[in-house]
Amino acid sequence: MTTLDSSKEINKNDSDVSEHHEDFRMFGLITFLIADGMTFAGFFAAYLTYKAVNPLPDGAIYELELPIPTLNTILLLVSSATFHKAGKALLKNKNSDTQKWLIVTALLGITFLICQLFEYFNLPFGLTDNLFASTFYALTGFHGLHVTLGTLMILIISWQTRPKGGRITYQNMFPLEAVELYWHFVDGIWVILFIILYLL
Amino acid sequence: MTISIDSKDSNDKSLQPKGWLRYFSFSLDHKVIGIQYLVCGFLFYLIGGTLASAIRIELASPISDFMPRDVYNQVLTLHGTIMIFLWIVPVVNGAFGNYLIPFYVGARDMAFPRLNAVAFWLIPPSGLMLVASYFVEGAAQAGWTAYPPLSITTPQSGQIIWIMSVLLLGGSSIFGGINFIATIIKLRRPGLKLMQLPMYCWAMLGTSLLVVLSTPVLAGTLILLSFDIVAHTGFFNPVLGGNVVVYQHLFWFYSHPAVYIMVLPAFGLVSEILPVHSRKPLFGYTTMVFSIMGIVVLGLVVWAHHMFTSGTPPWMRLFFTIATAFIAVPTGIKFFNWVATLWGGKISINSAILFSCGFIVNFVFGGITGVALAQVPFDIHVHDTYFVVAHFHYIVYGGTVFIIFSSIYHWFPKVTGKLMSEKLGILHFAITFIGFNLCFAPQHWLGLNGMPRRVAEYDPQFQFVNQISSVGALLMAISTIPFLVNIFLSIKEGKDSGSNPWNALTPEWLTSSPPPVENWEGDPPLVEEPYGYGKPIFQEDLSKKP
Repeated sequence: MTTLDSSKEINKNDSDVSEHHEDFRMFGLITFLIADGMTFAGFFAAYLTYKAVNPLPDGAIYELELPIPTLNTILLLVSSATFHKAGKALLKNKNSDTQKWLIVTALLGITFLICQLFEYFNLPFGLTDNLFASTFYALTGFHGLHVTLGTLMILIISWQTRPKGGRITYQNMFPLEAVELYWHFVDGIWVILFIILYLL
Repeated sequence: MTISIDSKDSNDKSLQPKGWLRYFSFSLDHKVIGIQYLVCGFLFYLIGGTLASAIRIELASPISDFMPRDVYNQVLTLHGTIMIFLWIVPVVNGAFGNYLIPFYVGARDMAFPRLNAVAFWLIPPSGLMLVASYFVEGAAQAGWTAYPPLSITTPQSGQIIWIMSVLLLGGSSIFGGINFIATIIKLRRPGLKLMQLPMYCWAMLGTSLLVVLSTPVLAGTLILLSFDIVAHTGFFNPVLGGNVVVYQHLFWFYSHPAVYIMVLPAFGLVSEILPVHSRKPLFGYTTMVFSIMGIVVLGLVVWAHHMFTSGTPPWMRLFFTIATAFIAVPTGIKFFNWVATLWGGKISINSAILFSCGFIVNFVFGGITGVALAQVPFDIHVHDTYFVVAHFHYIVYGGTVFIIFSSIYHWFPKVTGKLMSEKLGILHFAITFIGFNLCFAPQHWLGLNGMPRRVAEYDPQFQFVNQISSVGALLMAISTIPFLVNIFLSIKEGKDSGSNPWNALTPEWLTSSPPPVENWEGDPPLVEEPYGYGKPIFQEDLSKKP
């Protein structure tokens, strides 16, 4: 029936609040990223359907060059690795190293965005030229928005990991881990996007 | 993103306003947020109901005399959007979910109290924005589905406000869903197993999975649609080479699960109410759980049955017909279980169980027409007629709204510590049930005879039946009066209910009414058998019942 007593276990959890809660903040973030991933899945599904059933009209231009996106793919993959390095350094309680790696990651993100803009300005088609042009800009733009937000968050946490007075330490790693997971997610989406938009 | 939940929060809570004022504060208490959802949703229900009455007044005569045609289109668009996104989804998920889930999992609050408050406070502004869009160049006119090219060609400012509003409401819904999943999976009291949870937890877990998986797709679709309207891209505009059917696929990928987002929580709530008032354990707990999860999985792969007339290829029609027919199996299991729960029970006739039984009757009827609509030849015959309107309202009004009222009667003593008047409650039920069936049953006939929906004018031969339907709508409007009178009278001078007036076993009844801020004075109780009615310890209670 109803047992009113198991105060031991409850109290154990209460005294350990920070660790207990950290756990499901990450869980909440993962759930959110699944939802975010579904938005991209919707875009990809739309693009693939267009590709299957809507032929490009005569005279419409939709051609993509590979060099810049390939460079961008490498940039993002490297930035995932540098972010990982930052996390490792924080585990060893070396905040200044963490900060350096984070700034490197943020710079890689900014370079990615600059390359993306460079590509936009040099493409032979605009947003409203044809269906595929619109879908291309919508997909890469939505991803670029994610990279922009990610870069801003990396800059914020790199300030927060400053060796003196920063709130992120090896005891409070959640903000760094959360942004890291988000960043890996954005990279993963880019790889799928690269394959679907540029290679297929 | 910093959601730190530490001891500071509990201090914040004790500083928050007490009494009714707390319902106007940015409270983090899940019970306050639940009531905020409920009252806010009910206010929008009154607005949506007024719009519905306007529709029925217009349709009492075959010509458009009560309002111009474009205003009629705005009214039906706002009616659908408000009822779905501002009344049913927030109330049946947000209100009851927030109020009950922490009790059921043995927690003191939701997993993310601040996210919870954010999710609620997104609703009033976006709702007001939607209602206010009437005053620009007219509200959206493309129906709650906003199908292009209609939504691209009708006046644009109203449509854009509609999109913004639905995006915000979708965000609120996703935040709520994340919170429910985290609360149910991660915040369970130690020792409480998943298969010991009250059924509403399972229903909310399934619903939240659907919310998290499908709502973002709607968000993406509406972003593309807003590009079509604002930036003149051609995603869904055939003139510019776009494809309208892609919109329909993406839209229904959300909006079919949305039907389950509206109805699964109601399934959970009715599973809480029936055992209490019939003094019997819930029949077939395990099959209930698997049915819910079956509905979640199948609910994600049936969306194209809304599009049988959109040039869907034969293989797609075949697949989606079969998948849709399959959904009837888990749903049927649930109805069998509820009837078996009532069977041979000591049923006390009160407002809560009357509304629940009304739900069973109405929903079975709506379910049967649903299976009929899944058959391609029949669907092509009645597509976009009043038959669909009747079917849909049997599901969402006869189903979910009946359960919302049932739940209000059931949990009112918990929230306020007062009993509601049963006489007024039964009067409310009688008028609602008669009015509802009078309003929507004739619409099946109208649809079968070819009266199209969403048009202000119709063939004069349908006038008499439409007037019967309008009388039913009038009764439904009147039925709100005994309900509101009952609520206000009971809050003011209702009899004291004590902490557990129904002798219920689910955890929320094991604390005082209204519950203290952190839900329990001591530790949360471990309820291993939330439906253990008829066990020896409760024989005494049973013998007291008539």
